Amino acid sequence: MTTPAVSQLADSLAVGRRRRLVRRQVVIWVLLVSLLAGFALTLMLGQSYTPPGDVVRVLLGENVPGASFTVGRRRLPRAVMSIVAGLSFGLAGAAYQTMLRNTLASPDIIGISYGASAAAVVGIVFFGLSGTSVSTLAILVSLAVAVLIYVLAFKGGVNGTRLILVGIGIAALLESVVAYTLMRAGEWNLQEAIRWLSGSVNGATWGQITPLLIALPVFGGILLSRARQLETLRMGDDVAAALGVGVATTRIVVLVAATVLVAFATAAAGPISFVAFLAGPIATQFVGRAGSLLIPSALTGALLVLVGDYIGQFLLPSRYPVGVITGALGAPFLIYLIVRSNRTGGSL
Amino acid sequence: MTDHTLKVERLFAGYGARSVLEGIDLELLPGKITAIVGANASGKSTLLRAMSRLLAPSDGRVLLDGKAVHQLPAKQLARTMGLLPQSPIAPDGITVSDLVGRGRHPHHGTFSRWSRTDDEAVAAAMHATRTSDLADRPVDELSGGQRQRVWIAMALAQGTDVLLLDEPTTFLDVSHQVEVLDILTDLNRTRGTTIVMVLHDLNLASRYADQLVTLCRGCLHLCGEPCNVLTEQTVREVFGMECRVINDPLSGRPHMLPIGRHHTGG
Repeated sequence: MTTPAVSQLADSLAVGRRRRLVRRQVVIWVLLVSLLAGFALTLMLGQSYTPPGDVVRVLLGENVPGASFTVGRRRLPRAVMSIVAGLSFGLAGAAYQTMLRNTLASPDIIGISYGASAAAVVGIVFFGLSGTSVSTLAILVSLAVAVLIYVLAFKGGVNGTRLILVGIGIAALLESVVAYTLMRAGEWNLQEAIRWLSGSVNGATWGQITPLLIALPVFGGILLSRARQLETLRMGDDVAAALGVGVATTRIVVLVAATVLVAFATAAAGPISFVAFLAGPIATQFVGRAGSLLIPSALTGALLVLVGDYIGQFLLPSRYPVGVITGALGAPFLIYLIVRSNRTGGSL
Repeated sequence: MTDHTLKVERLFAGYGARSVLEGIDLELLPGKITAIVGANASGKSTLLRAMSRLLAPSDGRVLLDGKAVHQLPAKQLARTMGLLPQSPIAPDGITVSDLVGRGRHPHHGTFSRWSRTDDEAVAAAMHATRTSDLADRPVDELSGGQRQRVWIAMALAQGTDVLLLDEPTTFLDVSHQVEVLDILTDLNRTRGTTIVMVLHDLNLASRYADQLVTLCRGCLHLCGEPCNVLTEQTVREVFGMECRVINDPLSGRPHMLPIGRHHTGG
């Protein structure tokens, strides 16, 4: 019963849809190319310049005097860490924000990242843990924090605003745990503990990167496989369920995968401030809101960390860890979001 | 004309410890329009939610073609039975055609691609709800009447033979209420879609429904044709209000005139 009018409309819808799809793919490619360019540039530039030919030879495993150490041992792990941590934070942040239909619901604002930091600091200072056991503890505690926030916010269903408020409360509680622990810390522990508080890719080693390098494809893959369900959840639980989405399953899978990803990334690079929070909204500016934000956000997150770290290292009078730079970007944006939601009369 | 049967058997449901539905037995007429009416908190929305498995019943069953809906795979059910809840959320910045397209979700797997069939289903849904001209507009800029038509278009794009709607006319002015009910009637007549909706307005329910269901405190009160159901006695029992029922000169269906304490000629 396709009338000419319907057929014509279908044609014009198809044209519009293809145009949006092309635009989206162009944006994703531009992000990807920028990321690769940024990666190449950070390998070449630094205190000294290394020509591209030398960089390639180092990457192929040759021993290049002068370049093997700077590029192979310093710049490469640092750049790889920036990218995998940024991808993880961006992906997990967008998954949280989409699932809870709220920009403020990112893991760094609702206390998930704080869970990892607090666990690590307490483990280092009070129990003398180090290395993998700190990371394991951090991952377990952030999962527990996620479950706790979820349970406390649960009231016949999960409401985004309530979850955010509970999360902010938990974050404040964890912050005070960290502050108390640091006051009791001996000097030798303090250095190690501080690394868990401000995100940094400084002195990244392959030992720190490898667990995240394994976790990212596994849990990132799980998140991407749920992209369509997540998009449908944006229309509310009822509509999503009526469209055949297993709402409870999707929520649990996404919550666990995103939390584990944030925990691994935090264990590797510390809680790089606001990357999870910022990546989604920035990516929205590029791709609009018709389709899943997961991939654009992941790429944006990686670019944020890579560029933020470069700025922090070389473009400012003294050196700052990347978390300070992204924090300086994120805080004004947080205020902007709150002011805007007040102005439109909306709730959180 | 579709021949899906939808049957509710001894259905108990509620929220936590609070029980709302107290054993409802109901058979919906295939290919017809059924309106569910009742006082506030009588369980109308709960019945609709339990029928569409947004809510698990504490006892009893809902049978679609003889199969319990709470045991069917979610997507399979969503290809046969659609539901438009009371206040659906439009994602920020989404356009009309994109929102309507989301109705195609149950027809897609994880990796399946958008096809011509999808475009045509979306176009037909927008045409039927007269939302074609709004295709590229963001949903959050639309008026209440337009927005409701867009949501109905999304439910139509889902292409289900059974469609449940929870108060599709709430918050609309009278002309838009009639427009929405006309669209649903068109859908029922052209595609034979079985429509079950919760309505607040007894007179519109009486005019548009083939079958009128009244609920009272979580129990089925009456079920039948409007001329048998909408009586002065029904309104007294269900709403606790006196009224007069006259014959609607336009449709020949019963029409209820409420009797309050003022302005009733007495």
